Parts: sequence; C-alpha cells; structure tokens
Amino acid sequence: MTELTNLTLAEARDGLAKGDYTSVELTEAFLARMQAHKGLNAFIVDCPEVALERARASDARRAKGETKGPMDGAPVAIKDLFCTEGVQTTAASKILEGFKPQYESTVSAKLRDGGAVMLGKTNLDEFAMGSANITSAYGNVVSPWVAEDDTDKLVPGGSSGGSAAAVSARLCLAATGTDTGGSIRQPAAFTGIVGLKPTYGRCSRWGIVAFASSLDQAGPMTRTVRDAAIMLGQMAGFDAKDSTSAKVALPDFEKALTGDVRGLKVGIPKEYRPDGLNSEIAALWDQGIAWLKDAGAEIVEISLPHTDKALATYYIVAPAEASSNLARYDGVRYGLRVENGGNLDEMYMKTRAAGFGKEVKRRILIGTYVLSAGYYDAYYLKAQKVRALIANDFAEAFKKVDVILTPTAPSDAFPIAGGAKVDPITMYLNDVFTVPASLAGVPAMSIPGGLSQRGLPLGLQLIGRPFDEETILRAAGVMEAAAEFSAVPTLLRGTK
Amino acid sequence: MSYIIQGETGPWEVVIGLEVHAQVISEAKLFSGASATFGGEPNTHVAFLDCGMPGMLPVINAECVRQAVKTGLGLNAIINKRSVFDRKNYFYADLPLGYQISQFAHPIVGEGTIILDLKDGTSREVGIERLHLEIDAGKSLHDQHPAKSFIDLNRAGVALMEIVSKPDMRSPEEAGAYLKKLRAILRYLGTCDGNMEEGSMRADVNVSVRHPGEPLRTRCEIKNVNSVRFVMQAIEYEAQRHVEVYEQGGIIEQETRLFDSAKGTTRPMRSKEFAHDYRYFPDPDLLPLEFDQAFVDEIEAGLPELPDAKKARFIADYGLSPYDAGVLVAEKETAAYFEAAAEGHDAKAVANWVMGDLFAALNRTGKDITEAPVKPENIGKLVDLIKDETISGRIAKDVFEIMLETGDAPDRIVEERGLKQVTDTGAIEAVIDEVIAANPDKVAEVKAGKEKLLGWFVGQAMKASQGKANPGMLNDLIRKKLLG
Repeated sequence: MTELTNLTLAEARDGLAKGDYTSVELTEAFLARMQAHKGLNAFIVDCPEVALERARASDARRAKGETKGPMDGAPVAIKDLFCTEGVQTTAASKILEGFKPQYESTVSAKLRDGGAVMLGKTNLDEFAMGSANITSAYGNVVSPWVAEDDTDKLVPGGSSGGSAAAVSARLCLAATGTDTGGSIRQPAAFTGIVGLKPTYGRCSRWGIVAFASSLDQAGPMTRTVRDAAIMLGQMAGFDAKDSTSAKVALPDFEKALTGDVRGLKVGIPKEYRPDGLNSEIAALWDQGIAWLKDAGAEIVEISLPHTDKALATYYIVAPAEASSNLARYDGVRYGLRVENGGNLDEMYMKTRAAGFGKEVKRRILIGTYVLSAGYYDAYYLKAQKVRALIANDFAEAFKKVDVILTPTAPSDAFPIAGGAKVDPITMYLNDVFTVPASLAGVPAMSIPGGLSQRGLPLGLQLIGRPFDEETILRAAGVMEAAAEFSAVPTLLRGTK
Repeated sequence: MSYIIQGETGPWEVVIGLEVHAQVISEAKLFSGASATFGGEPNTHVAFLDCGMPGMLPVINAECVRQAVKTGLGLNAIINKRSVFDRKNYFYADLPLGYQISQFAHPIVGEGTIILDLKDGTSREVGIERLHLEIDAGKSLHDQHPAKSFIDLNRAGVALMEIVSKPDMRSPEEAGAYLKKLRAILRYLGTCDGNMEEGSMRADVNVSVRHPGEPLRTRCEIKNVNSVRFVMQAIEYEAQRHVEVYEQGGIIEQETRLFDSAKGTTRPMRSKEFAHDYRYFPDPDLLPLEFDQAFVDEIEAGLPELPDAKKARFIADYGLSPYDAGVLVAEKETAAYFEAAAEGHDAKAVANWVMGDLFAALNRTGKDITEAPVKPENIGKLVDLIKDETISGRIAKDVFEIMLETGDAPDRIVEERGLKQVTDTGAIEAVIDEVIAANPDKVAEVKAGKEKLLGWFVGQAMKASQGKANPGMLNDLIRKKLLG
C-alpha cells in the first residue's frame, strides 16, 4: 500500500471520487506508516479509532453518492495546538498533559465537517514557541531528511515541526499548522513541503491554544501548491466566535492556479539580501526570480525599509501577548497542578515551574518585563509603533508589486544535537525572513525551491496582499512547476 | 452644608471621589454568551471562556454596549465612539483568564456630570471622570471546607460599568447623595438594579483631607463598600484618621483599605510591597469597539425622563417645592405613584399625603411603594373629599387608616361608615343644644367670662357628632350660642 501514502491530496480526492480506493484503505495505510515511523516522534497522540470511524463514515457517504467536499475521506494530521473534542490537546506542554477539550477548534471542526479524517495530533514546540521543535515536552521531532555528508539527526524546523515531518515523510496527506512568526513556513522549507500562512483573520483562531493572539494564524501544510489551495478552502472562513476573524468572501483557491503569471509584478526586497547571506540561499533566490521572469512576470526591486527592526519587534510583541495568554495555566481548573499543602501563590509557582519548559518561561519573563510599569513605553509601545511602520512598508510595496519573493529561512536544517546548544538569539534569527509578514498580517507561503549542497531542502517565500492568497498561490504554482522539486526525504529512499 | 474637621492646626476639608462598580442589566455576560442572571447553583452559568479554557475568545455583547452608552447619556457624558478593551493582568483563583478584560486608556464614556439634591433643598454638581466596561471576577468561597477554597464562576465575565467621579465631594452627606442619585439614574435607565446588598452596585471610596485652599493631599482608597450608610461612615472615620496622622506629624501613605462595618473603622488591605503591576495592554483578541452617531442617537431617542428633568417638571407643573420634588423623584416608582395620584387632584396635597402618611405606613410595614396597599387614585380621591368638605382633615386620617387596611376607595369608606361631614346647621345646633342643656354649670362659667371653656364645648359637641360635624360651623355656632 506504499503508493497510497505517496498520493497528493488532490490525487487522493480524485482517486476516492473514482472509487480507486476507499478512505478506510487510505487511512489504514497512513496509520501503518505512522506506526512504522514512530521514531520521528511526529505525533503526540495517534487516534486510529477516531480516524477509522471517520473513514468508514466517509466511505458510507460516498457509497450513497454523497460527499462533503474535496477533503471528504482524506487522512490528515492536526497540530496539537488545535483543541480537539475528546482528544488530548497539550500544545506540547506538560502543563496541559491529559487535557481533553470538550470542544473542537473552528478550523479542525471545518475539516472534520468537510469529511477529513484525523489521524492524530502532531508534535510542536511547546506552545508553538521555537524554530526547531526541540522545546516540546514530548521530545523533539526528527526530520525525515538527513544530510548527504552526515548522519546527524536534523530538526524539522518549528514550531509546526511534527506536521512538517509527518507531511514530508508521508505519514498523512496533509496537516494543519499554525504560524506566529514563521512556524508554518520555516518547517515547510526545512522538510521540502509547501506551507501557507494565510492573511491574519482568514482562518478562525477559536479553539487554537493561543501563543500571540495578534499574530497567530492557522494554515495548511501540504506536499503541493494545489493541495495547499484545496486545504485552505476547507480551513478558512469568517467565524463569529473570533472577533478578529475577517468578513471577507472565500474564493475557490484552486481556481487561482492558472499557471499564468505573465505581467505579474514580483517585488524583490533588497533588505532581504544582507551582507553575509548564505550563498546557497542567495543562489536559490536568484533561481526563483529567474523562474518567474521566464514565465513572463516582471521583476521589480523594492524596499521594505524597516525589515531589520522586525525580529526585535516580534520578540517584544509575541512574548508580551504570550505572557498574558499563558496566565490561565495556573493549576486551578484543568491540567497540571502541583500542590504540597502550600497557599495559592505557592501552588501557582510550583505548578508553573513544573509545567512550563525553559523557552516558554523565558518568553513569559520577557513578555512580563516589556509590559511592566516603567518599561511599557520603551518596549511594548515602541514595538507597536515599529510594527505599524513594517505594515506600512508592505502597504507601500504592494502599490508597486503584486507579490514579493524572498527566501524562507536563512539556512537549511541544522542538527538536533546542535540546536539544543544554540543560544536563543541565534535560534530567533531563523525567523528573520518570516517575521515581517507576520507582523504585517499579510499572507505568505513557502514552497520547496531545491536542495542545498548537503542535499537538504530549501524554501522560497511568496508574500501577498492582505486576503490575496490567490495571487501567491498562482505564483507558487508556476514556481513549483519550474522547480520540478521531486526530491524525497532520505527516510523514503530507504524504504522504497 | 460645609463639613469641616476642626483640628489643632486649623480646619480640615475632606476631599472625596467615588468609583462605583455597577453590574449591567443584560441577559448574557459581556463576552461569553453565558447567562448573567444573579444566583443559580454554583458554576452553572459558565461558558468555556468564563473558566479560561485554552483557545476560547471573547465576543462583545452588543446589549452591554447599549447599556453603557445609555448610562453615559444619562450622566450627560461624552460618548466615545471608539474605545479599546485592555487586559489587566493579575493572578487570582477566581480570575480564570489571569487577566480582567477592562478599558484603560480609552473608555467608552468620558466626562459627565451628576447633580446632587441636598437635604436643604439646594443642589450641587459633581463631575464624572469616565465610565468604562469590564468583566467581573468569580467568587471565592472560603467557608465551605476546612482546608480548601471553592470557586463559583457564575459571576465571572458578567458586565460591569465602572463609573469614576471627580474628587468633587466635600462631605459624607454629599457622597451619600451622590450614590443615591447615581443609583436613581441607573434605575431610571434600567441599566443597573443598584442593589448594593446583592453586590450589583459597589463603591470604592477615595478620601483625602487638606486645609482649605491647599493642593490635594495623598488619598486612600477604601475598597468594596456595600451600602450608602457604610460609605458615609467609612469617609468619616478615614478623614478623621488622616487629620490625626497629620496633626501628629505623620504622613499618609497611598494605600488600599478595607472598611470594617462592625467596628466602623478602616484597615490596610495589602501592603505596598505587594502592589500589583497590572501590565495593562490592549486585548489582542478584541478589535477596538466602534459605533456611529446613529447608534448613539437611537439610544438617546429611547431615553426615559430622568430624575432631574422630572424634578423640574414636578416643580413647574405641580407647584411642588424643590425639596418635595426631589424626594418624590428619588425613586422612579415613587414618582410614578405620585403622578398617578396627583392626576386631576390637588398635587401639593397629594404630595403631602404620599410623603407623610403613606411613607410612614410603608416604613412601619417594611413595604415598598410598589406594594403600597393604597391605590394612587384613592389618594387623589381622599384629597378631593377633604377639599370639597365631604370629610374633615381629622376624619381623613381615620379614612386613610381604613384605606391602608382594606384597600377600599375613600368615598366608599365614607359612604359605608357614614363619615360624611355634617354641614346642616340645624343638625349641628341640635347637638350643641344637647351639650348646653346637660352642662348648665359650665355654661354659667363661660358666661361669667371663662372663655377657655369654649374649647371644651367644641370637643364635647364634636364627640357627640361622632366627629362628623363641620369643625368651622361647630365653632361658630357654639360661640354664637354661648357668647351671643
């Protein structure tokens, strides 16, 4: 059944429709593969019972000539940041161990209601805080890729590292991710898959464990651009339960894949080519520019002048919101509680000391600090002002161009063993190309562009106008075709 | 009405500002959709948001916004068509989110005014600084278990309006008058039931003292005082405490204090070392709250007549004194009762009956004006019966007592019990003649010049007429008969 797990989402949709195979067959194939590759630690929870029940229901519907949409019967993985009714949801934190929500997040509910089959909950950096998936309380995720010249286990990127590894290793057809500063795009780049962070407000945040509310956005992680278009259509839409959800029309994203970018104006921001930019990354970027140019797009050099302030701004805004969002994990009502006869304050301290990992604590401390009396103006308020300038950079740029092309990450994947030793600032630099679009709330996606000299995937990022995911999908489709990215993870080569 | 504490270093003036938390009357809570009804079994009015479940998001309840705007209009205040919700961060067991959603820098309502009606009939203006919307916390129950505290989240997330006055009050009486007036306005508007005992209206009292003419000195905040009387007591105690500290050469630390209603004193609530840094910042889960002028206009068009307007009308239309009008409009229900009673009758006389005998009877029986045993139109009828001399004022008191007991109409009572005043000269003369005939010795005394005895004859004759004789006629006839 190996070939079933090699299907793309679009192929599986068509095959299911034609009756080439059933959802149960697909689901069983992926469940078997998940079992076989437990070593990747891509999932925190497997839910074969839920999956098979939904697969059987899908097949029964189809037998009656009914379907609920393009993803009916498609086995997918859900990042363990989405609350799933009756299925443990941890945000990869010890503080939520054993927590089973009584509700389903809007995005996962839309997928469920569209007939998608949930295989399990994927691993991530604790509370989505990290770029290497090494801060999970449930152990790091291992990338299915290995460098040609090395045997080191590599990080899949983060925070949606479990979803990225699972899609890349064909443990699911597609997966949900969430992106706060690059958490969909950077792991997509590291594992050679497609990751789309929609416009802020495109997908409902209701039921997603919050990290930084003004930045968090759910999106699809898939093997192809078409799959991303299909899955985004199933995840997106206005939700009255999320006050920041946008009341905008939901287009048929797949229709955007016309393959035609003639006359499209593609912006190349000079600030994304700093001195010392990795030459492989620079070369790939040039290659990407050439692909679009060859397809008839017009290349325009642009300036996003506040780019160099984005990382610092992000690492004030996101921790500030996180410090408040994570206050609810106090041991009083659910999740971990550590008490040995002390008073309420002692219970808080013991519970949060034991329940949160090092990176989460670091960000809570940073966030608490920047909001404190006497520091608020210098940090949080200033960061908000810079954020407005960054958003304005994009607004100005999009007066001249239709889409912006940049690299996704400053390097290829690094070893897990090294990642743990990397100082936090260096780790934060992974987000340098992804964070500006997050701060501006504009849509951005990473697609595989090629391999590094070490044989590891590299990604290219397309950034679009607010609520214009269609244009970045269209450009991405053209680049995907030109790139002919066919490399499969090292892991798959071994099992062929 | 000046309230001055005479100290050894001279006179001290008290400066008072009030922060009132008023629970908004609404079906649902401010952001969660759960029921906002008071009471209920613990933890039965709780949505996932109210207990801080992961991923839950707030959505503003438009009804609460309407109520806040309505209140702002009732306080003659500036309505801010754009306001912002902030998070006030602190940890407590009955605060599930770890922050209170409130409004800090940009409240929904800005500056306004309240006119106080003082006892001497004068009025005084107190400034409103702001009104903002925020959520209430849950309730910690410490007396249910020897070692544990229980948490009831029914109240968590309920909409509150925090109404902040300017430091414009100068005496406990003014603070009391402010609370009563604010409560009256809220009740007229139907935006808060103003029930301080149930905690749907609570006051934080800011008190400082100074020598008249000085700039403001350090204030202390007395938290959560739950009756008008306690607010006044707390101010008296606190002001006195400040004066004593200053006069002994001490300094007042800005601090939060609690009022002990049993002792009538205040004590520090928490020390400065544990002072909270609330780390306010705009709630990223909520967009700024924005509405247009049409929204405000629509609410304004539906506003009821408020106490000040009603008072002015009572003075103008019914000829009442400012004091009487102020008393009658203090409660919406009293004003409605009075108007129903006064309709087509002598309004001033009606006002006297309502504020006199009716209020006394209600006080005596612990009833509310809405439970008054006497229908308002019957007060009007009673006044008419006196005016057209069907009964005397004295008989009217008896009739009123019967009205209280039976709820019957006064004309019917007078009719059935034969209490109609006797104005027939012949009938009165007959009674007088009987009394004269029975008391020849007293008649002789009167005729000998002891005119004081005339009153005795009047009393006897009135008694013989069972109180029904027209007092004026009786008097005249007795004088005529005995003194010629």
